[in-house]
This record gives sequence, structure tokens and C-alpha cells, in this order.
Amino acid sequence: MTKQHANWSPYDNNGGTCVAIAGSDYCVIAADTRMSTGYSILSRDYSKIHKLADKAVLSSSGFQADVKALQKVLKSRHLIYQHQHNKQMSCPAMAQLLSNTLYFKRFFPYYAFNVLGGLDEEGKGCVFTYDAVGSYEKVGYSAQGSGSTLIMPFLDNQLKSPSPLLLPKQDSITPLSESEAVDLVKTVFASATERDIYTGDKLEIMILKADGIKTEVMELRKD
Amino acid sequence: MPMIGFGSNSEMLDGFSSVPSFDLPRTTDFDGFQKEAVQMVKPAKGTTTLAFIFKGGVMVAADSRASMGGYISSQSVKKIIEINPYMLGTMAGGAADCQFWHRNLGIKCRLHELANKRRISVSGASKLLANMLYSYRGMGLSVGTMIAGWDETGPGLYYVDNEGGRLKGDRFSVGSGSPYAYGVLDSGYKFDMSVEEASELARRSIYHATFRDGASGGVASVYHVGPKGWTKLSGDDVGELHYHYYPVAPATAEHEMVEAAE
Repeated sequence: MTKQHANWSPYDNNGGTCVAIAGSDYCVIAADTRMSTGYSILSRDYSKIHKLADKAVLSSSGFQADVKALQKVLKSRHLIYQHQHNKQMSCPAMAQLLSNTLYFKRFFPYYAFNVLGGLDEEGKGCVFTYDAVGSYEKVGYSAQGSGSTLIMPFLDNQLKSPSPLLLPKQDSITPLSESEAVDLVKTVFASATERDIYTGDKLEIMILKADGIKTEVMELRKD
Repeated sequence: MPMIGFGSNSEMLDGFSSVPSFDLPRTTDFDGFQKEAVQMVKPAKGTTTLAFIFKGGVMVAADSRASMGGYISSQSVKKIIEINPYMLGTMAGGAADCQFWHRNLGIKCRLHELANKRRISVSGASKLLANMLYSYRGMGLSVGTMIAGWDETGPGLYYVDNEGGRLKGDRFSVGSGSPYAYGVLDSGYKFDMSVEEASELARRSIYHATFRDGASGGVASVYHVGPKGWTKLSGDDVGELHYHYYPVAPATAEHEMVEAAE
């Protein structure tokens, strides 16, 4: 008698793509607003970008119920940190908190593919990219989600930054200006929308700078 | 990463199956959602890591590629983890597993220092990690790591894996590219090497492994652990290393250019 298999799964994939690019004094975080299940669209206006702290913004694709639960945990941990330390969490600190939070559910993971963007202690842009169970690394740019395999090669071509592992150390921040980075993001999503069924509807872009966060919305193909 | 026991599970037979049947294949028989969970874990066993002890201490080297199936998810993964200023760990297997447990080991080592007023030995640190992994045996962790450091007894190198196995040795290589790395490492190894010779050997071994193993690539990092702790000696893109070791003969290139112009 072979082992019985479950006839249901606690996970679902709501699709979507998230991208983040780090600049010298800014960080661009973008995601489409389509939420799907199977071949159906649940919403054309669902935001996948969430502000965790003044200098740390999380964008997650995957199973949005798990993403919501993950945010709740991070939000409450951030509040406790603020009470204990009388200041907001820095982006690198939030990055490690997210990694540990994900790993604590190592044996029943959050089905969330995260990209954390923000400004580090010196005011330079930083992007952290994760897998579902918490392994993370600081990068100059990243794409996660259903369109990531379409977008990453293009970003590699346009933004290829020297690896942070090289010696002598070289900066992994892109030399692009803020407007160039935003244009690149728009181009990249327009292309991904053409070839990925789960990406489309609208593009939400958040630009993080020392003086605050700006949001921009662009229409994408709805088919 | 060694394949010993990785992911294997014997089928559960109960008393009713007395009807003779043909040999069924051994499958990784997980529940539906457990299977999804396993697939979600970012596997990094496509890797080449190596470490060896020589006269000048311990040399540790690794590539930096992470692959998810056939997709290269990153070319800049830090596979040499800095546990504390005098101990290094290498990563092979699940990236999150290695990162988390090495970070945890660093914390435990620090607590040991505070409680005992002296640094922990490499033997002690590797035992802490091995015992921790043993308690999670069979739960699907994937860790194939080497702990390298310098303590009171001199240079130390241990291999620890997710089965809870722990081996002391002076030459190890872990990962899909390890056979290629061993070939270059074993043929060039001498105990009496200078730090420069040893680091060049380590770098060359990683380069050759990345050349032949599709799952290894990116940047070859080389670290040295001496009596005063570890230092990073080099980080070279293996694509560029190729032309460093096998430069293109200029005459041939000119010839090609002349041909192309015609």
C-alpha cells in the first residue's frame, strides 16, 4: 500500500513580478498589480509593495496570504524594536530580521519570494534578495516572481555590476540616475507583460530617497 | 555535496502487501505539500568548495554560483561564511540552511567565549554544529560544510554534514565540482607550500572545477586562515581567470581579423 497523498495543498501561487534597483542615493522598488489564481485574475489593483520602515520597503510575489502573514510579523517586530531602541530599523537590520523570520518556518515555509529595497546607514541604495526560506544577499538589483527569468537577463545586460565578492572591492551600485532607473523599470515590465501571463494590469513604482518616498503608477497591458 | 542518504526514503509497507509484486523504485515519498516545500528551498549543491591545511595554516576557497534546476539564480553567493574573525565555514547544499546555521554557530561560539573566557576550539565549534544538525536529522536539511580555523592546537579543519557526520582531515572538497577540484588540488598539493603557492593552487582548483562543472561558476574566492585569523586573499571572476591561464595568442587574432576584412 503506497503512502497516501494529500488531496489539497495549503499553498497557491498568486503570480506577479517584483523588481528593485539600488542607486547611489536612491532605491527603486516596483511590482505589477495583478493578482491571479490559476488562469483567473482575482484583482487588477493589488499592491505587492509594503513599507516596513522609513528606509526599508518590501516587495513580495508568490502566495499573498503568506505574504500578508509575513508582513504582520515584521510590522510587529519593528514596532517592538522602535519601543526598545527609540529609532527606526535600518535596512540591513530589517534584512536580517526578514531572513530569520523566513527561516523560523523552515519546515512549513512562507511561499513568498521577496525583494527588500531601501537606503543603508550611509544613505546609499541597497537591495536584498531572498529565497523562500531566508537565504539572502545584498545585490545591486534583483527581480523575483513569475517574470523574473525574463527580466533578470536584461537587467544583467544593462546594469551588470561587479560582483561584491571581487577583490579589490568594487561597488555594486548602478551608476544610473534615478530617472534612468525608473525608465529601465518601466521598459522591463512592459516587456515582461508581453510574455508572462501572470504579469500585467498596472505597474506600481516606489522611489525611496533620504527625504521620503514617491510613488508612480503606469498602465500595463490588461490581457 | 555528497549524495549519501540525501533525500532518500524507503517506502512504507504494511502487513497487507503479501501479494508478490515487482520491484518498486525507491521514491522520495512525501506528502503533497511537503514536496512543494522541499522544491521551494533554494538548492545550492551545484557548488565547488575546498579547504586544505598546509604549513602556513588553512586555505579555503569556493565558487559563487547558485542554481535552481537549470536557472542560475545568483552568480554572487557568499559561500565562505565568516563565523568569527578566526573561523570560516563553507556553504554547500541549501543556501538558507547553511547561512542560518553558520550564523547560529557564530552566536554559540561568542557565548562560549563569554562563558569560558577563552576562544572556542575548531573541534568544539564543529562539534556544536554537528550535534545541532544531528538533532534535525531526517527533516530535510541540506548542509555540507567545512569548518576551518586556527586555535591553540594550530590549524583545524573539519567536514560536517546534515546527517550529523563530522570528519577531521587536512584536505576536503565538497560539491558537484569537487571531483574536478580534487584532481587539481591533489596533484599540486605539498605540505611545505608558501601562502602564495597555496592560494594559487586553491584558486586554480576552483577555476578548473568551474570550467568543467556547469553548476559552478561566478567568482572564485580564496581565504587564508593564519594564527591571527582569516584574511581574504583574492576574488576573481572565473571568466577572466580563463584568459589569465589560457591567454589568446595575439598572432592568431590578427590572422582572423585579416580574414574577416577580406
